[in-house]
Amino acid sequence: MTISLPSFHNGEPISLASVPLLSIREFREEIIAAAGAGATLTALFGTPAESGRVRLFSVLGDPVAGGLAALSAEVDDAYPCLTVECPQAHWFEREIAEQWRIEPQGHPWLKPIRFQAPYRPPGRTWARLPGVTDFFAVRGPEVHEVAVGPVHAGIIEPGHFRFQCHGERVFHLEISLGYQHRGIEPALVGGPGKRTIHMIETLSGDTSIGHATAYCEAMEGLGGVAVPARAQALRAVALELERLANHTGDLAALAGDVGYLPTAAYCGRIRGDFLNLTAAICGSRFGRGMVRPGGVLFDVDPRLAADLTRRLDNALKDLEDAGRLMWDAPSVQARFQDTGAITAETCAALGLVGPAARACGVERDIRQDFPSGFFRFAQIPISRWSTGDVFARAWVRWLEIQRSGVFVREQLASLPHGAIQTPVGAPRPDHLVVVLTEGWRGAIAHVAITDPNGRFARYKVIDPSFRNWIGLAIAMREQQISDFPLCNKSFNLSYCGHDL
Amino acid sequence: MPLILGALLAPLMQSAIIRTKSVMAGRVGPPLLQPYRDLWKLVRKGAVFSETSSWIFQMGPSVGLASIILAMTLIPFGGFAALSSFTGDFILVAYLMALGRFFTVAAALDTGSSFEGMGASREATFSAFAEPAFFLALAALARQTGQVSLGPALAAVSTATWMRAAPTLSLALAALSIIFLSENARIPVDDPATHLELTMIHEVMALDHSGPDLAMIEYGAALKMWLFGAIIVGLTAPWRAGNRWMDTAAALIGMLILGVGTGVIESSMARLRLIRVPQLLLVAIVLSALALAL
Repeated sequence: MTISLPSFHNGEPISLASVPLLSIREFREEIIAAAGAGATLTALFGTPAESGRVRLFSVLGDPVAGGLAALSAEVDDAYPCLTVECPQAHWFEREIAEQWRIEPQGHPWLKPIRFQAPYRPPGRTWARLPGVTDFFAVRGPEVHEVAVGPVHAGIIEPGHFRFQCHGERVFHLEISLGYQHRGIEPALVGGPGKRTIHMIETLSGDTSIGHATAYCEAMEGLGGVAVPARAQALRAVALELERLANHTGDLAALAGDVGYLPTAAYCGRIRGDFLNLTAAICGSRFGRGMVRPGGVLFDVDPRLAADLTRRLDNALKDLEDAGRLMWDAPSVQARFQDTGAITAETCAALGLVGPAARACGVERDIRQDFPSGFFRFAQIPISRWSTGDVFARAWVRWLEIQRSGVFVREQLASLPHGAIQTPVGAPRPDHLVVVLTEGWRGAIAHVAITDPNGRFARYKVIDPSFRNWIGLAIAMREQQISDFPLCNKSFNLSYCGHDL
Repeated sequence: MPLILGALLAPLMQSAIIRTKSVMAGRVGPPLLQPYRDLWKLVRKGAVFSETSSWIFQMGPSVGLASIILAMTLIPFGGFAALSSFTGDFILVAYLMALGRFFTVAAALDTGSSFEGMGASREATFSAFAEPAFFLALAALARQTGQVSLGPALAAVSTATWMRAAPTLSLALAALSIIFLSENARIPVDDPATHLELTMIHEVMALDHSGPDLAMIEYGAALKMWLFGAIIVGLTAPWRAGNRWMDTAAALIGMLILGVGTGVIESSMARLRLIRVPQLLLVAIVLSALALAL
């Protein structure tokens, strides 16, 4: 990074006073310069300032040095937008415009993303019904528009997709979400309370472990405690099991979408095997109740560890066979390859995360770039591919399955001794903590800001889906509309994680 | 007799495919009589019609089913001759099915849904490729057997014909097999099991139909598969026992093998990218043209 902002680590709390308060001009320049130098825009959000204005916070990440930097600026009702010079800010600025009724001037795509009521007492309200907005339209002979959703044929979450097509070719896809908006962020303000962890675990139900880990690390950072090594290892095992189950389910869904029956059927079953491993540890297939501030609630004794290892090996062996069937089938590869490709440059400009980014050849993995918890001691090699198409997104998942499998097996064989819980003190007042976790979909970012009483003044959640939906829209350009379900599955994004 | 057999047993052929797919995926699969139960369930239901659709939408399924049944009267099965047979009747078969398709497509367009419009466009495009392949394959058959009527032509195919003209008949058979998969919306052309409207070809045009109308569409689809199956089996089963019941039993076994074979294909390969489907159908045209030229 070109700037000399105070740098801090993933999960390390800093006092609010140490976050530089810049003018909006300096704020913009710092972000644009840093993003131009390869920094990731990890977070950009507003909080209410005492003056009645809104204080914008930005967190920048330097993936090479592994440091984070925070900066802020106060704005009134408008400021010159960042998106034109820093496309990573695109979705963030739309969120700010919607939540705080602040106009990022010159924003090329300024529309609501969740259709939620503004957090500030509204002068002008922007809230409309979800999906009711001015979609981009392409005019001309033989151009037609296809509207899909919010009610879908499968058992999936609601979202609206608007295609501008020329025959089978897609010119442009616009995605309109917000149907799952629950108002979690305002509900977290004033916490932590007894319900907080449960809200966190259901931010996106399939990423319970990922989000709970991020929240707990934030609480532990603010409380100033170190979690016992055994608890950290068990969290890492649970996180990788979550990745194994979801990646396997994605491979099944991808095979199903191209009508390839064997892999769809077998991987669907094996996903259940992985979920059952999590259930064997904590009683919940989705890991609810496993991760808590201060450690984990469930231990793995040697007998259970041996049983888990045996079942894991069986599942991985079956998966190897089911996967090989698909990778060796030319008819499947013909569908996967060259479908929905994104270039590495586009990926970096948009700030995509997770397997979708690694499939474009972008080396970006929180477990390596900003390690926290057990990943400071045990590394998992990054899995990458370079083509950026559906095949690459599937193949990166396949590679990650292999590596997570090895990791879980190793950890179960050598779990550190000691306690699994430690008491966590009250959160420090007037502090800010940024926690990044590599969930199975990609980087999860939680930013907690405490007030003078040590309660949450703001709790910002950035699910990887928030970063990647725009990637799906871009990937669909110049594609066949009949390939949309396949592209969509290859991203497999969360609607509720985005809508919060 | 061929008509009655087809009318009664057509849904069973779908069961054979579904059962094969289930077994290959390690599942038990639905009962063999499930298609009949589904039809019975649909017949007893009411139908819902959109206010924006017209009589064309309501007529689509009836015309579709009626045209398939009429076409079935021209198809022989096993040891039984077709109900009627005349010179050039296979042209009527092709255009009766085209008539049914026209009304299905018109009904789909009538809904005004963008999904159904896309499905209609795909169906119309792909059938335009399938039609010449079908004609050329049957023309090759007519040329080899010297019969220009479907019934006598299939009846004239014997072991001797195969010995004499195996290349021609194999090519025609290959072309007809591709048309069988394409016309009946099977993998690799279409996926009958998908719920993804954007990828559908045939299924999407049935989305707005309900109750008895949907039953007619489902039943019509079963009959259509039976019709193409009967032609393929008639062409492939060259030996005749002379006993019409034995011949019919042999043809039924042939249909079963065809059903299982379709299930195996569906279990072992993925769908083609939609844009590649015309290429597959072009292959069918080339194969049948070669069959005619040989």
